[in-house]
Amino acid sequence: MKTLTMMAVAGAMAAGPAMADLVFPDLSYRTGPYAAGGIPFSDGYQDYMTLLNVRDGGIGGVMTSVPECETAYNTERGVECYESTRGMGALVYQPLSTGITYQLIPRTTADGIPLHTMGYGRTSAANGDVFSHVFNYPANYWDAASVIVNQLLEENDGDLSGQTIALLYHNSAYGREPIRTLETLSEMHGFELSQLAVDHPGQEQGNQWLQIRRERPDYVVMWGWGVMNQVAIQEAINTRYPMENFIGNWWAGADHDVESAGADAAGYRSLNMNRLGDMPVFSEIQELVIDAGLGAGDGSNLGNVLYTRGMYAAMLAAEAAATAQEIHGVAQIDASMMRDGMEALEITNARMEELGMPGIGPEFAVTCEDHGGTGMAIMQQWDGESWVTLTDFIAPDDSVTQPLVMEDSAQYAEENGIGPQCGES
Amino acid sequence: MFYREAGDFKTSYAEDNQTFPILFDRYRYYFVLIVGALVIPFIINDYWANSILIPFLIYAIAAIGLNILTGYCGQVSLGTGGFMAVGAYTSYKLMTAFPGLDMISVTLLSGVMTAMVGVAFGLPSLRIKGFYLAVATLAAQFFLVWLFNKVPWFYNYSASGQISAPERDFFYFTNMAVTGPNAESWAKYLFCFFFAFVLAWVARNLTRGSVGRQWMAIRDMDIAAEIIGVNPLKAKLTAFAVSSFYVGIAGALLFTVYLGAAEVGEAFGITKSFLVLFMIIIGGLGSIFGSFAGAAFMVILPVVLRNFLTGTLNWESALATHFEFVIVGGLIMFFLIVEPHGLARLWALAKEKLRLWPFPH
Repeated sequence: MKTLTMMAVAGAMAAGPAMADLVFPDLSYRTGPYAAGGIPFSDGYQDYMTLLNVRDGGIGGVMTSVPECETAYNTERGVECYESTRGMGALVYQPLSTGITYQLIPRTTADGIPLHTMGYGRTSAANGDVFSHVFNYPANYWDAASVIVNQLLEENDGDLSGQTIALLYHNSAYGREPIRTLETLSEMHGFELSQLAVDHPGQEQGNQWLQIRRERPDYVVMWGWGVMNQVAIQEAINTRYPMENFIGNWWAGADHDVESAGADAAGYRSLNMNRLGDMPVFSEIQELVIDAGLGAGDGSNLGNVLYTRGMYAAMLAAEAAATAQEIHGVAQIDASMMRDGMEALEITNARMEELGMPGIGPEFAVTCEDHGGTGMAIMQQWDGESWVTLTDFIAPDDSVTQPLVMEDSAQYAEENGIGPQCGES
Repeated sequence: MFYREAGDFKTSYAEDNQTFPILFDRYRYYFVLIVGALVIPFIINDYWANSILIPFLIYAIAAIGLNILTGYCGQVSLGTGGFMAVGAYTSYKLMTAFPGLDMISVTLLSGVMTAMVGVAFGLPSLRIKGFYLAVATLAAQFFLVWLFNKVPWFYNYSASGQISAPERDFFYFTNMAVTGPNAESWAKYLFCFFFAFVLAWVARNLTRGSVGRQWMAIRDMDIAAEIIGVNPLKAKLTAFAVSSFYVGIAGALLFTVYLGAAEVGEAFGITKSFLVLFMIIIGGLGSIFGSFAGAAFMVILPVVLRNFLTGTLNWESALATHFEFVIVGGLIMFFLIVEPHGLARLWALAKEKLRLWPFPH
């Protein structure tokens, strides 16, 4: 009896608000060992949606709402959050966690809700022919690995043979993603790849850095997240590893990763898929959202690396929603229309300029076959006080990543009995 | 008043020995069974199935498994997460290698595999006990997680090391998927309910029989047990085997039915071992009901609390999560201070009082 009463109560709670808004659930994490990265991203995501409501009256005249659900970067809680927010008319999920992404790929596909994993998640989902509801534009991990190697090739006059690159990675699905690409690249360019795994959450890196100290690899590439980044940077300083040769991916290059080490970390480089800097949109957010007391956080994160990325993610979602409204001619779109909008999304420099964030990301267009975008990223460097952009957008080597995407997605399609999805509708 | 014994006469040994000797208790048990098997599947929604009831049933199975080992046989184990991983990876390998195999066979075979691994790691228990054994099983936990991370064969050489469950049916000739994204939530729920019911029933009767008595004799005093003729080797290893069988099934269900995809370090890490250990400590050592109560306390309570704080009181999600830790932690301390033997003992005391009510002496 007690169970039944409880079911009634929580069932009513899970039902949520009526479908009058465009709902973008935010599976955030503001607690746990990865909170430092989760908070600014979530703030940026929510603040941009709030800005659209305050400034433009929503998207196409329909207000946006961003129900937040705390996952603590834990997959079981992520699943629970997905189940509890799905019924609200969710348009797109962006969990900011590779583990949760893997859980949600089959579920969202079965439920017909698109999943946008910007620069994380399952890399081979870039093949839209197999993964109809998963999008990972503008770039993915294999692109990132290729971009780093391309940049190193340029610095070494196109020759990396005989060099050693150590990959310091988070021992999880997230950290293991680039290994296959780097292995292929090491065969291609003749550098030696050594792999150093760091277990969750990443504070214990003594052995790995002992090995780095002993072997002195020419470059250390890091695939870290959360507390692991800070510890790695501190360990690099302690072992006196040349910081210029220590390169993080785009999840290992935020302000909080280097701020604790400060000037000692000067020279550390990382990738970034979005540009930083003073953009007009920030002053709008400051004025209309944060100063008006509508901000998701305390406003202190405005403009930092992950805040900007969260805002960029929200912008891509909002643009896709607007595209969907245009395609279907209705303002109150549902998840399947949103998917069509994401598949027809086109981001141009003119549009980014118009939105007050000129050049925040590369120009790209999504197609049914290609959900992955261009894969371009910039290299940035910590000068001791702030991140400085070093390069323009660097292109990955598609001839390396594309066959790997095809191979991996074909295996998934075979395991799950999925036929080609493009070209029939 | 509720637990009347007046008029409830037992006229045979079988009646006298039954699991639920009090009439009202028996009816309540049948009532829960009927509601669980015949009512809930018809009214359940996805949220209730996937977020609350399925994890509750799966963790209850794991808690029964650990309770057999720790509660009944007195062998402390911190390797639960590792053994759950064995169950999960066995079912993954079986599901991908033999696509025609049905889920009942897959799950049972995963249990058998885990039982064998459990016996192997139970061997040290013949020489060491208490804290030392806890450390040995902790080694099993870390070793197994490391193994499944290290050897790509276990995850079919996938790029990320994740395993994901393909769609499989309940039983041969039936067309009811219980794994994969297209499985109906009532089917998944019934599948877990079926396992939880059968395993709890078996465990209850096993612990009442001669095997269970041997386990409890070893738990209470191993030397005395040996003198009266209990074979410690047999008793300890059967406890490890049966316990790991249960834990393996729980791990297999957690991966195949509940999560659908898993990563060993995250899904079966040391925190899982602690979680299940807390369940049996809160629920009550050496009690099947306690395993269910403990699982409910550790799985359902946080979810209900979170829904209440964020949904009803409209708190911010981060604040609610922090307070959830505070409240659940506080409740754990409260229950253990009020009744160190867990919720099962508290329940037994309440029953005892109700039998005498309204005339306590």
